[in-house]
Amino acid sequence: MNGLELVTATFARQNRRASFMPYFPVGYPDYATSLDILAGLAGAGADALEIGMPFSDPIADGPTLQAASQVALHNGITIVDCLRAVQELRTRGVTIPLLMMGYYNPILAYDEARFVQAAVEAGASGFIVPDLPPDESAGFSALTQQAGVAFPQFVAPTSSPERIQLAGERARGFIYLVSVTGVTGARTALSADLASLISRVQQITRQPVVVGFGISTPEKAREVGALADGVIIGSKLVSLAAEGPDAVVTFARQVRQALDA
Amino acid sequence: MVMSIPDERGYYGAFGGRFVPETIIPALEELTEAYAEFKSQASFQAELAHLHQTYTGRPTPLSHAARLSAHLGGAQIYLKREDLAHSGAHKINNALGQALMAQKMGKRRIIAETGAGQHGVATATACALLGLECVVYMGSVDMARQQPNVFRMRLLGAEVRPVESGSRTLKDAINEAMRDWVTNVNTTFYLLGSALGPHPYPLVVRDFQAIIGQEARQQILERIGQLPDLCIACVGGGSNAIGLFHAFREDENVQLIGVEAGGLGIESGKHAARFADDRRARPGVLHGTRSFILQDDYGQVLETHSISAGLDYPSVGPEHAYLRSLGRTEYTYATDEAALEAFQMLCEFEGIIPALESAHAVAEAIRRAPTLSKEAVLLLNLSGRGDKDLDTVLKALEQRRA
Repeated sequence: MNGLELVTATFARQNRRASFMPYFPVGYPDYATSLDILAGLAGAGADALEIGMPFSDPIADGPTLQAASQVALHNGITIVDCLRAVQELRTRGVTIPLLMMGYYNPILAYDEARFVQAAVEAGASGFIVPDLPPDESAGFSALTQQAGVAFPQFVAPTSSPERIQLAGERARGFIYLVSVTGVTGARTALSADLASLISRVQQITRQPVVVGFGISTPEKAREVGALADGVIIGSKLVSLAAEGPDAVVTFARQVRQALDA
Repeated sequence: MVMSIPDERGYYGAFGGRFVPETIIPALEELTEAYAEFKSQASFQAELAHLHQTYTGRPTPLSHAARLSAHLGGAQIYLKREDLAHSGAHKINNALGQALMAQKMGKRRIIAETGAGQHGVATATACALLGLECVVYMGSVDMARQQPNVFRMRLLGAEVRPVESGSRTLKDAINEAMRDWVTNVNTTFYLLGSALGPHPYPLVVRDFQAIIGQEARQQILERIGQLPDLCIACVGGGSNAIGLFHAFREDENVQLIGVEAGGLGIESGKHAARFADDRRARPGVLHGTRSFILQDDYGQVLETHSISAGLDYPSVGPEHAYLRSLGRTEYTYATDEAALEAFQMLCEFEGIIPALESAHAVAEAIRRAPTLSKEAVLLLNLSGRGDKDLDTVLKALEQRRA
């Protein structure tokens, strides 16, 4: 199975429960701990992992992930360390899809083609690039297609039916549905319009719909999981990391149980 | 020779584009459509022209820097006096234009970023004039070194929000303004201040600033019956420079020269010279556009340094990168030291206190003029006035004496 097939098989819902994809950045609070946490999340029942790659100017991120990114950069973490993290997770026996998530400039600086090749060799299953919309991603998309890996596309509450259609056509793996008009970060309440947004997307595209941004409790994860094919949680896990890796993994288990209930 | 730019996707050759999160793509599409309409709408253009005439103080004068020219013993230096535009810099040209658009689009909340504070002041001014709510993001480092402008913005009714992330300068203020826009995009108009960012901003800002060059070209033809031999402007994001250059783009005998912030020198790495430092600057993507960026080997954006907050930015507008790739424009730099000396010389010889940003352009004029004949004509965009910089200059001069 190539990366795309692995991702598609994971998120295609069929009659199963919603999938759970935690996000955690490489290098926060340090490289070794972030690797332990990512491996722990896989062990806690995650269906896929989103491997965060730090960037100096993360415009789609709220304060929690900005701060984590700065810590990682301060620790000297580069895109090369992120590739190494993917490889080490595979060595440790993690078999679920690993999606590398990061902004475009470090990928450009590495060289897009070389990066995709290196990532696939390391064991990555796909890429999520928030500042590379379909309008700008023809070249990168072709590279990921040749490599047989996933390249999900974003849909936001502001997306028109035409934009949702475009995302549906370009997405490989799933649609990453941004649940709120805003940046990443834990929120106390979910958008009241989320249900209608999810069904709007489902009417336009048959791609799996995975929802992220703002989900911060197992209860909210269950609510979203009842409507969508998958749930992404990031900022909440990063803020829990202050209490140690166990707190992150324990929380992930609770999310898993909530989604399975 | 210069093609119809940008193309439909906002590209200037290999530069430009729209590299932003999906959430704000619809707002950029809306802005692109609205702008196309306003651009060709006679009533909008007439209203803006009337405001510029009765409020901004346009046309701004063209001054012959006679004593400075004589002292340097070469080219005749003419100054386009954007420092005399209301609120003290060229920034008002764009701020009024965009604020008027926002008002007509029904967006009552305006956000802006600012470095030196000139764009923030201009935006706060335009919002006060048009009755719009105004929030300005400013790096806390910049707030400390441009305190008078912080006070001005607050007097004008704007809320100034300090930005504590990253290098706490212009780059981070833009990040924070973009995050605000991503969050409040349905009600908010992002009034971007330089010829950068995602399409259509580089186009919108250039068009609103093009009035600088249009006036200056006409003024110099009327005054001396010939075009300048060279045009000089400082380049941070590049809005005053593109505003001056645009009217001269097809005058092939007019040399167009942009001056970047050389800080403590190129080798030191403490500068904001995106074109001069080919070791640290490469094409990349920052703030929604593809252009030259000061970055490390791994694509992380570098912190910059300049004595002038308005030039302290790691990237540059995409049209500058494009014009340079064609060979139509050239770029050089002035160090903090050279800018300080130029600042003092313009004060002493012409009775004009320039903004530290504009003093970089003055420094290049001082360097070039003696190498040219007395018949040569050098047109310099004096983009802003220097009241805001007095504290910085005082400290720098004291430090030098010590």
